[in-house]
Amino acid sequence: MKKTSTILAIAALMSSTAVVNAETLRWARAGDALTLDPHAQNEGPTHTVRHQMYEPLIIRDVTGAFVPTLATDWAPDPENPNVWVFNLREGVKFHDGADFTAEDVVFSFERAKQPNSDMKELINSIVEVRAVGDYQVELETNGPNPILPSNLTNLFMMDKGWSEANDTVNVQDFEGGEITYATTNVNGTGAYRLVSREPDVKTVMVRNEEYWGRDEFPLEVSEIIYTPIQNAATRVAALLSGEVNFLQDMPVQDLARVDSADGLMVKQAPQNRVIFFGMNQGADDLEADNVDGKNPLADVRVRKAMSMAINRDAIRQVVMRGQSQPAGMIAPPFVNGWTADMDGESSTDVEAAKAMMAEAGYGDGFSIRLDCPNDRYINDEAICQAAVGMLGQIGITVNLDAIPKAQHFPKITEGKTDFYMLGWGVPTYDSEYIFNFLVHGRESDIGTWNGTGFDNDDLDAKIESLASNTDLDARNADIASIWRVVQDEQLYIPIHHQVLNWGMSDNVGTEVDAEDQPRVKYFTMK
Amino acid sequence: MTDQPLVPDTKAAPSRLRRALDSDLFYAFRRSPVAMISSAVAVGLILMAVFAPFFAVTNPFDPASLNLMNGFTPPMEPNAFTGETFFMGTDDQGRDVYSTILYGMRISLFVGFSAVLFAVVLGIILGLLAGYYGGWADSFIMRAADVQLTFPAILVAMLIFGIAKGITPVEHRDQMAIWVLILAIGLSDWVQFARVVRGATLVEKNKDYVSAARLIGRGSSLIMIRHILPNILSPVLVIATISLALAIIAEATLSFLGVGAPPTQPSLGTLIRVGQGYLFSGEWWILFFPACTLLALALSVNLLGDWLRDALNPRLK
Repeated sequence: MKKTSTILAIAALMSSTAVVNAETLRWARAGDALTLDPHAQNEGPTHTVRHQMYEPLIIRDVTGAFVPTLATDWAPDPENPNVWVFNLREGVKFHDGADFTAEDVVFSFERAKQPNSDMKELINSIVEVRAVGDYQVELETNGPNPILPSNLTNLFMMDKGWSEANDTVNVQDFEGGEITYATTNVNGTGAYRLVSREPDVKTVMVRNEEYWGRDEFPLEVSEIIYTPIQNAATRVAALLSGEVNFLQDMPVQDLARVDSADGLMVKQAPQNRVIFFGMNQGADDLEADNVDGKNPLADVRVRKAMSMAINRDAIRQVVMRGQSQPAGMIAPPFVNGWTADMDGESSTDVEAAKAMMAEAGYGDGFSIRLDCPNDRYINDEAICQAAVGMLGQIGITVNLDAIPKAQHFPKITEGKTDFYMLGWGVPTYDSEYIFNFLVHGRESDIGTWNGTGFDNDDLDAKIESLASNTDLDARNADIASIWRVVQDEQLYIPIHHQVLNWGMSDNVGTEVDAEDQPRVKYFTMK
Repeated sequence: MTDQPLVPDTKAAPSRLRRALDSDLFYAFRRSPVAMISSAVAVGLILMAVFAPFFAVTNPFDPASLNLMNGFTPPMEPNAFTGETFFMGTDDQGRDVYSTILYGMRISLFVGFSAVLFAVVLGIILGLLAGYYGGWADSFIMRAADVQLTFPAILVAMLIFGIAKGITPVEHRDQMAIWVLILAIGLSDWVQFARVVRGATLVEKNKDYVSAARLIGRGSSLIMIRHILPNILSPVLVIATISLALAIIAEATLSFLGVGAPPTQPSLGTLIRVGQGYLFSGEWWILFFPACTLLALALSVNLLGDWLRDALNPRLK
C-alpha cells in the first residue's frame, strides 16, 4: 500500500514537471537548411535553423529594429569615421562550455571573408577586425560605412577553439559538394543546442539551460523538432492532425481551412521578399535555348517582351489566391530605395510584347529552359508553370525543369542556368544588399548571385561607392540612379512580393517576422 | 448472268470474322456481362484517348492557349473572372480538366501499351532462349530474373528512370521522359513473361511436332518462332492484358511521385499529383476526375484480363 502510494506520488510528480517544462515545438516547413555551416549559404531557411543555435552580434526584432545580442552596444569611433566599435556581452558561453571572447569574433569575421563564404558580400567593406581586450572589437572599413550594422544580422559567431579542433576553420565548399564537421555539428552560443540532425528528414534541438538570456526571454519551448515536408498537402495534413504545431510555408490554398479548424490559427504579414526571374544576357550563346550562335536574352526588347507577357494579376488571383503583391522592381517595399512608381512599372500587354519580339527578330519565338525550385518559395513550381503558358503566348516555348532548391541554387551561383527563378529578401533593409549580390558583375567576392551575366563597370564602381558614402542624400540619389539602369535594362523580371502566412496551434504564441525568421526563444507556449 | 451464287457458299471456308464469331472465346464473351461491360469501357476510353483532339474542348498541351484566370473553376459553374464554364472544372493552371484527362490518358495508354509490348518482346525472346536451349543460357537468364524479382518492380522502374534522367541532356528531358518511362516500366516487367514462356517452351519442345520439325532440318530459331511460339501465346496474351493494367498504374505511380511525365504534359498520374495538393482546400474535382478515369481504365482492363484467363483456361475456374 505504501509502496503503491509512493509510486503514484512519483508518477504525479513526474507528470506535473512534464507539463511545466516539456513544451515541444514540432515545426515543419517546405525545405530544410542547406547546411549548418554558419557562413556557407546565405539563404533564408538555412539562416532560420542556424538562428536557433548560433547568434550574430545583432539581430532584428519583428519590427525590424536592432536588438543587441552578442554585442551589447556599438557606435562609430568618434576619432576615426572608418571604424565601428562593438562592445561584447560578457559571461557568454558556447555550447561546449568555452567562453565567448573578442578572439572568436575576429575569427568568425575572417572566416566569413573566405572565398567559399556566401556572406562575404555583406562584409566586403571591412578591411580589418581587431580585438581590443577580451570584450571589445573594432571593425575597420575601407571608408566610412554608416549602415554596417545592418549587414551583420545574419553573421554568426563561431568558437575559434572548436573550429580549429574539428578542422572547420575553412568554410565548407557547398557548391563543390564538400561536407565538413560544421555541416552537421553546431557549437554556438544560441538558446538551443543541436541534439541530432538528419538532413532533409529531421533536426532536433533542446533548450540551452546555460543560455546567457535564460531569464531575459520566454524560452518556453524546451525542445524543437524540425521536419521539412516538401508536399504541400502532407504539410497541411500534419498541422491539421496535430503532428506538427508550427508551420511555415503555409500553402495559400489551405489558409481558410486551417484558420477555421479548431485549435489552429494563421497569422499573416507582408514579407520582406520579392520573387523574380533572372535571364542570362551576358553569354554569347545560350546552352538552354534552340537559337544557335546568338543569345536572344541579350536583346533588351526580348527581356521587356517577356516581362510584358507575364500577367502578374492572374498569378496573384489564381496561383497565390490574393496572397501576393505584384512587383515592378526586385526590392521589397521595406527596403531603402524602393519606390511605389518603380514597383508599378510592370505591365501586361501580350500584343505589344509580340510586336517587340518581332522587332527584335524573334517573331517566330524560340525555346528555352526555365530552371525553377520546387521547395523554396510559395507555389514556386505553379508560378513557373503559369509563366510557361504566358510566355507561350508570345511564341516562347519554355521547358520547365523544377527541382529541389539544394540543386537549383548552385546552378545560379555557378552560372549553369540561363533562365531561372529566384527570390530575394533583404535583411539589411537597404538596396545596397540587392546591388551587391544581384546587380554587380560577378567577381570572387561580389555579385555571386548575379546569374544574368550583366557587368557594367561604371555601375559597379557606383555600387561599390555606396558602402562608404556618408552623405545619405547623395547616397540615395546614387541608389535611385542604379535602380533606373536595372529597370531600363530589364535585368530581371519581377513577379511579386510574398505575403507571409504562419500556421500554428492556438497554444503557440509568436508574431510573424517580415523576414520569415522565427526565433524560438521568443515563443510562448500556453 | 454469271454463276455467282446469290447466297454465300456456306461450304466454302468461313471468313475470319465468321470464325471469330463462332469461336468458343466469343461465345464465352457473349455469356459474360462483366467482359462485355469492361471491354465496352476500355474500348470507349481508348477511343476517346486516341481521338482526343475530336473529343477535347481545348488542347491542354498548348501552353499558349491557356488562360490562367480560368484556374480552379468548379465543374459546371461559371468562372468568377472569365465567365467560362467547364464540364469537369479546371485545374490550377486553368486547364480544362476534361480535355486534360483525354490528353493525359493518351500518354498513360501509350506508355502502358508500349511498355507491355517491350516487356512481351523481351520476355518472349529470353524465355524461348532459356526454355529451348536450357543449360547455362537458362541458368543465366533465370537467375537474372530471380535477382530482379527480389526488388519491387516500381523500385526497379524508379532506378532505371533515375539513371536515364541523369544521362539525358536537360534540353531533351521532357521529350525523352515518355520513352524513359516506357523503358523503365518495360524493363521492370519482362520477368513474368520470360518465366511463363520458358515453362511452356520446356513442355512444348519435347512434343512430337517439334521433333518432326527438327527432323526435317529446320533451324532452331525457326522452330522457336514458327512452331513453339504460336502454341504458347495464349498464356502470354493473358498476362499481357493484366500487365497492361499494371503498367498503366505503374506509370501513374511514377508520375504521382514526380519522376514520370512532366507537369506541362501531364499524364493521369501527374494530374492526380497536382490535384492532391488541393484536396484540403475543397477543390476536389482536380483530383477526383483523373482518379476516376484511372480507376475505370485500370479496372476494366484488369477485369478483361481476368475474364480472358478464365475463358482460355477453363481449368482455372
